[in-house]
Amino acid sequence: MTHCKPLDLSRRNFLSASAAGAALATGILPSQLRAAPKRGGTFRIARGHGQTTDTLNPAIYENGFMAGLSYGYNGFLTGVAIDGSVEPQLAESWEASADAKVWRFKLRAGTTFHSGRPITVEDVIASIEYHRGEGSTSVVKPTLEPIESIGADGNTVVFTLFSGSADFPFTLTDLHLSIIPASGDGVDWRSGDGAGPYKIVEFKPGISVTLERFANDWDSGRGFFDRIECLSVIDLNARTTALISGDVHAIDKLDLKTVGLMARRPDLNIHSVAGNQHYSFAMSTIKDPYSDRNVRLALKHAIDREEMVEKILFGYGSVGNDHPIGRGQQFFNTELAQTAYDPDKAKFHLKEAGLDSLSVQLSAADAAFSGAVDAAVLFQNSAKAAGIDLGVNRVPNDGYWSDAWMKDPFSAVYWSGRPVEDAMFTIAYAAGAEWNDSFWDNARFNELLVAARAELDTDKRREMYWEMQAILNQDGGAIIPMFANYVFATGPDIVTSEPFASNWEMDGERWMERWSFA
Amino acid sequence: MDKLLRLIGQRLGLGLLTLLVVSVLIFSAVELLPGDLAEAVLGQAATEETVAAMREQLGLDRSAPVRYLEWLSGAVVGDFGNSLISGERVSDAISERFSNTLMLAAYAAVIAVPISILLGIMVALLRNTLFDRVANVMTLTSISSPEFFLGYILILYFSVKTGWFPAIASQMGDTSLGDYLYRTFLPALALVLVVTAHMMRMTRAAIINLLASPYIEMARLKGVSPLKVIVKHALPNAWAPIINVVALNLAYLITGVVLVEVVFVYPGIGQLLVDAVAKRDFAIVQACCLIFAATFILLNLAADVGSILTNPRLRHPK
Repeated sequence: MTHCKPLDLSRRNFLSASAAGAALATGILPSQLRAAPKRGGTFRIARGHGQTTDTLNPAIYENGFMAGLSYGYNGFLTGVAIDGSVEPQLAESWEASADAKVWRFKLRAGTTFHSGRPITVEDVIASIEYHRGEGSTSVVKPTLEPIESIGADGNTVVFTLFSGSADFPFTLTDLHLSIIPASGDGVDWRSGDGAGPYKIVEFKPGISVTLERFANDWDSGRGFFDRIECLSVIDLNARTTALISGDVHAIDKLDLKTVGLMARRPDLNIHSVAGNQHYSFAMSTIKDPYSDRNVRLALKHAIDREEMVEKILFGYGSVGNDHPIGRGQQFFNTELAQTAYDPDKAKFHLKEAGLDSLSVQLSAADAAFSGAVDAAVLFQNSAKAAGIDLGVNRVPNDGYWSDAWMKDPFSAVYWSGRPVEDAMFTIAYAAGAEWNDSFWDNARFNELLVAARAELDTDKRREMYWEMQAILNQDGGAIIPMFANYVFATGPDIVTSEPFASNWEMDGERWMERWSFA
Repeated sequence: MDKLLRLIGQRLGLGLLTLLVVSVLIFSAVELLPGDLAEAVLGQAATEETVAAMREQLGLDRSAPVRYLEWLSGAVVGDFGNSLISGERVSDAISERFSNTLMLAAYAAVIAVPISILLGIMVALLRNTLFDRVANVMTLTSISSPEFFLGYILILYFSVKTGWFPAIASQMGDTSLGDYLYRTFLPALALVLVVTAHMMRMTRAAIINLLASPYIEMARLKGVSPLKVIVKHALPNAWAPIINVVALNLAYLITGVVLVEVVFVYPGIGQLLVDAVAKRDFAIVQACCLIFAATFILLNLAADVGSILTNPRLRHPK
């Protein structure tokens, strides 16, 4: 790898400059010029995730390393397209009954696993059933709760739901719901056999995974690298150096403090993608004082969101409005007034609640999200002006999710977001949901949630989702101060999607199949 | 010689007892950590139902002593069980990582031990000269900086600025020995810098200590050259403390290198242990800790045997 860079007139820059000129001259859009990426090459990437305890068991995939790997080596019935819509994958097409309760997915003909074994309806059913049922230890078990039964009809898989759900095809895009070979009563995940664009050559948990392009992939329009080496490099410094010294072609989880310095190198591309990932401070609405709506509003007005985006995210993000819907989502409420830092308003709400002052404890650890403890301290300072004494209870990273989150009445939380509104509301804000960390139960919200789910008319759905965001903003138990961008970097000569998918980190975690060498 | 063999036998027996105690301590320590494997694996996504199901499937719902005895009954016949998460055999999970650690430790030791003993002899010979001062200041500086910091400095100068060596030591596929030595040169160098000072200064101190003895004075008076005085007369009597400190440092090279592993992305056993503790994967934690404990026990034993063998008075007791 050479570092000399005499002039910025490299072959690639020259080509893209002249291509842009040609495009302007002939009126062709640049995106059309990118239509056929070059095939070949070995792509090396360093991810800031991955543990020696990682396994290919789809029930417990848990980090970015496994997410990227899962989308690379596994096949799915459906996928999230770059523009955020749902696209066919192993399911060629689907149709819903009028009440959106019965969904029929027609399987693509002639698809096989990497081992050459044809993918059958039985494999698909076993793969989904693996996450459901009594003994399931799957992290997506709650997501699949709406399914009543799964059956087969020739080459079609039939899902029957308890109640109508217009967004059901999105549910099946989840990285855990991979289609793997059925075996006996269950599935065989140990073999590492999958149906994705890349097949696993060697998987060393916590170290690396090597993959090769699957020659018989059903979609010839994806998977451009011949070989991919994905390394787990947890140390921030090591990751950054690996990119700068040319050892790898891309890295994720950049150090936001020093991104500015990295951007000075002309051969590196820093990508910042606004998505649905957000940080929240969840208040338990069934415990005092948070059970009082005015106390919740007081706290919502006592947090300086702009300052948090600037100091915690270093500008790589945007302010949140106490609901979990990202700006890029279909039904984001564009007319909802932004809750702003206003100590007087906070005091007013305290008075409404019959309080002169308020003293609360916020539990935080960096395990919740990177910078959570600092964010809590900023909150403490901004709340002081509103007469709120907010104590920061720093708890250990270890065991944070089992011992602090949902146990302490006020705690910091990370949410990766979901591609559709219904999924996000259902898992974290519906009454009784397993991960409803604010223990919130709003009758109108719950009613709208069920109605919107089965509603197929887009305008009516929009109206309902907008109202739900407004309810969360005024009544909800979660303070959502910021949405964090996905920030990652690629080295010279790497062609990425443009724009990026925003449903997940690293181009929707489908970088393996979407990126290529220039 | 019989006595020596008996000593080795006794020490090995004691060592086994120590390992047993260590295994109890490790087990209780893992038990005392907040949360268990099911909660750690499922993390934020845990629900009461899935946690309960996972506990039942892995047998974590049974009482702690029962689980310990079950593990112990396997361990005494050499079966360390399976990783609770991946289901992989513990021996399979550990062997490659442990051999990586041993390789790196051996690489560093092969460089560090001769250099530090030679340096130690030279600074003893040239004590209180400029060379002595410079060598002391340099080695003390390197031992006083945290090893990850040394690692970053090495990366900055030898990788980022000059591009001589790769910044990450992670191996992909099969590589030749030459390639291995090249890729892991920086982590080995970081370890060398960390352990050299200790061994060098102990060599220097042990030799200088002896230089005041009457028999050294005698040697000098009969006209032996200063180098010969040190190598032939002082060094043989200084071996015992030197061997002890070398053994300690070798043990450190095997058990204490997790920071260097992380900085250079080297897949050794340290990172495996850290991950296993974070996920409460008891079988792996136990095996790693026992390996570490055994390393210390064996190297200490080797040091004692070494000092007996180099000391005629201990070798031939009256």
